[in-house]
Amino acid sequence: MTAAPTADLVAYDDAVRRYDPVLGIEVHVELGTRTKMFCAAEVEFGGEPNTQTTPVSLGLPGALPVVNGTAVEYAIRIGLALNCHIAESCRFARKNYFYPDVPKNFQTSQYDEPIAYDGWIDIELEDGEIFRVEIERAHMEEDAGKNTHVGGTAGRIHGAEYSLVDYNRAGIPLVEIVTKPIEGAGDRAPEVARAYVQTLRDIFRALGVSEARMERGNVRADVNVSLRPDPTAPLGTRTETKNVNSFRSVERTVRHEISRQAAVLDAGGTVVQETRHWHEDTGITTPGRVKSDAEDYRYFPEPDLVPVTPSREWIEEIRAGLPEMPAARRRRLQNEWGYADAEMRDVVNAGAVELIEATVAGGTTPAGARKWWMGELARRAKQDDVALATMAVTPAQIAELEQLIAAGTINDKLARQVLDGVLAGEGDPAAVVRSRGLEVVSDDGALLAAIDEALAAQPDIVEKVRGGNQGPVGAIIGAVMKATKGQADAKRVRELVLERIAQ
Amino acid sequence: MTSDITRLSASELAAAIADGTVSSVEATRAHLDRIAEVDGDLNAFLHVSADEALTTAAGVDSRRASGEELGPLAGVPIAVKDVVVTQGLPTTAGSKILEGWVPPYDATLVERIKAAGLPILGKTNMDEFAMGSSTEHSAYGNTKNPWDLERIPGGSGGGSAAAVAGLEAPLAIGTDTGGSIRQPGAVTGTVGVKPTYGGVSRYGLIAMASSLDQAGPVTRTVLDAALLHELIGGHDPRDSTSIAEPIPALVAAARQGATGDLRGLRVGVVKELSGEGYQEGVSARFTESLDALRALGAEIVEVSCPHFVYALDAYYLIMPAEASSNLAKFDGMRFGLRVEPAEGPVTAERVMAATRGAGFGDEVKRRVILGTYALSAGYYDAYYGSAQKVRTLIQRDFAAAFAQADVLVSPTAPTTAFKFGEKLDDPLAMYLNDVATIPANLAGVPGMSVPNGLSDGLPVGFQILAPAKADDRMYRVGAALEAALEKTWGGPLLAQAPELKTTELTR
Repeated sequence: MTAAPTADLVAYDDAVRRYDPVLGIEVHVELGTRTKMFCAAEVEFGGEPNTQTTPVSLGLPGALPVVNGTAVEYAIRIGLALNCHIAESCRFARKNYFYPDVPKNFQTSQYDEPIAYDGWIDIELEDGEIFRVEIERAHMEEDAGKNTHVGGTAGRIHGAEYSLVDYNRAGIPLVEIVTKPIEGAGDRAPEVARAYVQTLRDIFRALGVSEARMERGNVRADVNVSLRPDPTAPLGTRTETKNVNSFRSVERTVRHEISRQAAVLDAGGTVVQETRHWHEDTGITTPGRVKSDAEDYRYFPEPDLVPVTPSREWIEEIRAGLPEMPAARRRRLQNEWGYADAEMRDVVNAGAVELIEATVAGGTTPAGARKWWMGELARRAKQDDVALATMAVTPAQIAELEQLIAAGTINDKLARQVLDGVLAGEGDPAAVVRSRGLEVVSDDGALLAAIDEALAAQPDIVEKVRGGNQGPVGAIIGAVMKATKGQADAKRVRELVLERIAQ
Repeated sequence: MTSDITRLSASELAAAIADGTVSSVEATRAHLDRIAEVDGDLNAFLHVSADEALTTAAGVDSRRASGEELGPLAGVPIAVKDVVVTQGLPTTAGSKILEGWVPPYDATLVERIKAAGLPILGKTNMDEFAMGSSTEHSAYGNTKNPWDLERIPGGSGGGSAAAVAGLEAPLAIGTDTGGSIRQPGAVTGTVGVKPTYGGVSRYGLIAMASSLDQAGPVTRTVLDAALLHELIGGHDPRDSTSIAEPIPALVAAARQGATGDLRGLRVGVVKELSGEGYQEGVSARFTESLDALRALGAEIVEVSCPHFVYALDAYYLIMPAEASSNLAKFDGMRFGLRVEPAEGPVTAERVMAATRGAGFGDEVKRRVILGTYALSAGYYDAYYGSAQKVRTLIQRDFAAAFAQADVLVSPTAPTTAFKFGEKLDDPLAMYLNDVATIPANLAGVPGMSVPNGLSDGLPVGFQILAPAKADDRMYRVGAALEAALEKTWGGPLLAQAPELKTTELTR
């Protein structure tokens, strides 16, 4: 029985055994500038619809664009971080198409003259292997507005009674980063795709050019996938899955498209070049509009804007001011902290690099910092299903906690109670220790009283110890700890007990 | 005094307002009265903003009374072409698709006019979206030429030119994409100036072709044009193509020119813009004007611009290409006309199509289709790309010509005003009317049309072109020619206009 050309999926492992996947990924990042790409409208998330607009971003008759210099600087920063060449002169073009959320019915974008081109980045896969992705170009453009379809099912345009358009997002600066065909990923293509987008996100944040929050759509990926029989064959027909906006979805999209396209090819069919949509809930892609060569954007150079000509001096100044890139930083920190590869990977995956760094800066040893963030705190975060970074405790507080232990003020067991207090909003660790009365009892006088009481209660054990058998001394120590409600230093108690018995 | 006010030039009126002989309110009311009297015939105005103008005028009068130092044109009323957006005043660009639209913001040049205290009398008629050479393509009816009501006032700025020639306004704003200030100036006997591209902000001009559009003055004298040009010109950070340096001293250049000394000046006659195809009277007036310039000490040289013969072809690819994109925003979604399809589903795409079908006139549709085709994949290189190469060659022609001459001259238009309908059914014949003005737009250089006499009782214009950013040169030459010719006429050319003969112009 042959499968229908599009209906079934081929098991992923079988698909990648028979076909070589090639990826192409276009990542859009919304820049965190104060104002829009071509006008002074504020860029801010979550404003009332159509309040962050000017005649320019509404496309009113007569309005003219002016390029946002900060957006250009951010684009250059991104280009440099991706090891690209920066154009000496580049232009904007008009991409003409009619759609209600495009106020001018053309998008001002860069077409044949991107600001940055021919670069690469190395991404680290889960097992530590480095995979190099080559960058075709990074170019500047403006975002479109947002349509809301009312009256249909699930906000879809089909069946909607009417649509509302919000132009707050229209004109927000974007940089689009386009890869060259990503070949050689083989069965790891989904992982490569995810790691690439994640690496870019980390770079955007390190560069300070965007909050890069996937859930707000600050970063969106269009994922192209094609299959070919083997790595020497010409590239197959690709599909483009639009606006995938989580790392996990990027990975799942690639995986699904490989399985789906393999099924089409296995059945003797041909993959249709088209735009597809990703459905998070069902984990599948469905066809959007058919993308043919007939699509004609009638690009031409934007006559309302003069060319962008960043000076070499300015570019070098920006280059000199670039922060350390996330990958290099991780390598440096791993060296400084002396973590094993696996330990560092866990820390990175847990999003704890900055937390540990700050904790170490607060005076804690790297091992101590890791113990807290990857141990007790990770456990609590998992239990409450929250991100580590959002917990109600600061690296400074963890550093303080660790210092209180080192000073002998509290022990590990008490420290957990102190942490309870900190997380409950009772203040810094020292304050919690005071208010909850959690100091270790280090006053020998007070301890001796408890010890003498315990010794007196169990004379038989005292005899055994005196006879040279130290085994049973734990019972005495336990009794003392119980009497002091755990606030004694067990090591000191042991010393004192032995001293007392020896007298 | 009131009846004489409308016969004053702007500089004369400004002086009268400054010394208190005439109040701005009187001046404004006189022009509003004149509009009420003659605009039923002329149809130069699409909207008259009487209340706003009088309020501005009263403000200027009280500021003057309190001893405030005011600008050189304070209190002098002005008309603004309807392609320029005006906050609170309807702006249609002569199109049905914008009927009733009231912009929420001012063009930069309007802000400057308001800041300088010029009462805005209203918005003037024009070919729809500035596409045309006769104002017959306005969706709101023809504007008539004050010299002969059966004839066109030129286009696209026929309304502004007719308002100034018809004494309805001493000053007007025009826009010039291929000659829309200069050609109407020529056929109505007014002064029209297209400044250097980037010399006057385009912010707030409803764009036809962004790389060619330029706003400028329409006036009765060269000095008036210089005063208005200095007022509206200069850098604007909201227009990326605006020149980031001060405009040259135009008023000083005009005053210097009026003294009549042009010794040492080389005037280049563009071989390709004279001779064949020009109406006999137009050529005769041109020759006489050259003689006048020679008499003032100028050296006349012939220059050749061999690629000018391709200018019209290049223009009619670049202009529609840019217009097809600039006019895409008129879709019934955010402002202006919205038409739902007569039957069938109401989708965004069908509303856009129905709105554009109903809202745009034939000439606009013709150019949008032409431009869409010129930009389309597979034809871009052959049409738009080639046209841009021709544009570069024309710029080189200008550079070579300006190496031989300080200014270049030609007749502004090949003919005097033609009759309504004469060329309406023949778009190519209409396009030919702009053959002499278009090269300046393609190269971004400034151009001016100065009245230089009559042919069969109709005005003829003399075009002066200067290198980019050397607008002052053409003001100098224009003022010199104007002064010389007025001596021979015994007064301004407009005084010879038939319907104006009874009311002698005082100068």
